[in-house]
Amino acid sequence: MTATGPEARTATGSAPVPVTAALALGDDALVLSHRLGEWAGHAPVLEEEVALANIALDLLGQARVLLSLAGDEDELAYLREERAFRNLQLVEQPNGDFAHTIARQLYFSTYQHLLFAELASGDGPFAPLAAKAVKEVAYHRDHAEQWTLRLGDGTETSHERMRRACDALWRFTGEMFQPVEGLDADWARLEQRWLESVTDVLGRAGLPLPEGPSTGAWSAGAGRQGLHTEPFGRMLAEMQHLHRSHPGASW
Amino acid sequence: MATAAAQRTAPDTVDTAAYQHAFDAAVAADERIEPRDWMPDAYRATLVRQIAQHAHSEIIGMQPEANWITRAPSLRRKAILMAKVQDEAGHGLYLYSAAETLGTSRDDLLDKLHSGRQKYSSIFNYPTLTWADVGAIGWLVDGAAITNQVPLCRCSYGPYARAMVRVCKEESFHQRQGYELLLALSKGTPEQHAMAQDAVDRWWWPSLMMFGPPDDESQHSKQSMEWKIKRHSNDELRQRFVDICVPQAESLGLTLPDPELRWNEERGHYDFGPIDWTEFWEVLKGNGPCNEQRITQRRRAHEEGAWVREAAAAYAAKHAGDTGGTGATRA
Repeated sequence: MTATGPEARTATGSAPVPVTAALALGDDALVLSHRLGEWAGHAPVLEEEVALANIALDLLGQARVLLSLAGDEDELAYLREERAFRNLQLVEQPNGDFAHTIARQLYFSTYQHLLFAELASGDGPFAPLAAKAVKEVAYHRDHAEQWTLRLGDGTETSHERMRRACDALWRFTGEMFQPVEGLDADWARLEQRWLESVTDVLGRAGLPLPEGPSTGAWSAGAGRQGLHTEPFGRMLAEMQHLHRSHPGASW
Repeated sequence: MATAAAQRTAPDTVDTAAYQHAFDAAVAADERIEPRDWMPDAYRATLVRQIAQHAHSEIIGMQPEANWITRAPSLRRKAILMAKVQDEAGHGLYLYSAAETLGTSRDDLLDKLHSGRQKYSSIFNYPTLTWADVGAIGWLVDGAAITNQVPLCRCSYGPYARAMVRVCKEESFHQRQGYELLLALSKGTPEQHAMAQDAVDRWWWPSLMMFGPPDDESQHSKQSMEWKIKRHSNDELRQRFVDICVPQAESLGLTLPDPELRWNEERGHYDFGPIDWTEFWEVLKGNGPCNEQRITQRRRAHEEGAWVREAAAAYAAKHAGDTGGTGATRA
């Protein structure tokens, strides 16, 4: 494994990069990109084939930059065991129906947009990446918002599906605001602004804000500590199988 | 658009013969026929059939490659493959749009695809069994597609010709990535080399079949050549493709699975062995390894997405009068 110490140097050798934070942000992007890639050839309409692939590609681009800050991108993606991944449990959740995918996008892209905007405005090691990514993520957030409105305020069926999806994923949202070592952010304020934003979108879509806890009894900070949900192991098995079958090969 | 074209848009009351004459003159002069121009019904029907088949091939063609997105062996390869599959969805979009200029609709065409009344390229009825198949599809299948499609950039129907200019640019990138992927495997470990050779062994002959039946058995070719929808015969294009591939295979260090393949000094071309047309007709009839699987997945995606499309339509209808409401999804 290449990522060993708590800090690595950037390519320019200037600011030290906190590895834990690079892995957390990089794994979020890597895993969600993978899930969105599973939609290829299955999307409900051709425009969404293009849009979901676009978002997946943006996220994969972010993941590659972030993982490269922490070590070798392919070693990190393909040779770590499940317990070494630091992504949120939210992003590893299976696609479900289109409503689940959109709810996951709404929750995550709202978070990522606020977080990256904050990182971009600072002078930490992630500022350059965040400044570029925040523009991409603004589109991801807009895409999720537009679909939340359409599904929430579309037909009875779509409303019900979207409501269920928002409810089902709600318990994975609290984890997003657990402080990440090495990320200089005001987490309480981030959570508050996230809640305001999501409340506003759901309100305009005619959807209730989910009730109940935003973290499971066991799950607070779990993904960030390498504790994942059952579907994640299968996802990694599929993702890593070919690479691991040919040790040392170049592709 | 020149004078002949202007005459073609005259009102219906004038004798069809005059329109036909103007249409023929425009085609003879290598002018583009545009959506509002008069055109023979058979020309329109031929274009709808061909463009629809092409669009369907793009979206069905996403499946065999998407099959490997989640297993791509490096993040760089994963990004390239995802971008390629996305390009194909984009090609589908503008080809359906080109077809719509002829008075049909995407919904109608998809319905015909799902019910088996319109076809897609038979090549996508073959399975992608290993990672090397992604490379073989890029090198051979996209290579054959480009050979077929470059002349379509000069097709007599304007919207199709213009769509093909962009499609061909992207396909040429796809072809290069396939070649480069195979090269990495061919020069890799013995297992990777074997994987590449196996893929080429399986994809070579089906790729040659992509040019369609021999000229003397091709039912649509003659009329399409007269209309300048098609510029070269199936056999001419097939030969061109073989001539391009042989030296490329040598550079790749891979063998094309045809013992009769050799340079013919007299013809200035490579001779190649007989194609198994029985296999071609069988796959076309529906007996290929993946015909059922491909169309079932396509239908399922469409049916499972129905509620989403209905919601979008209902939302748009409810908010038709709004200003600044939700616009089209960003692509």
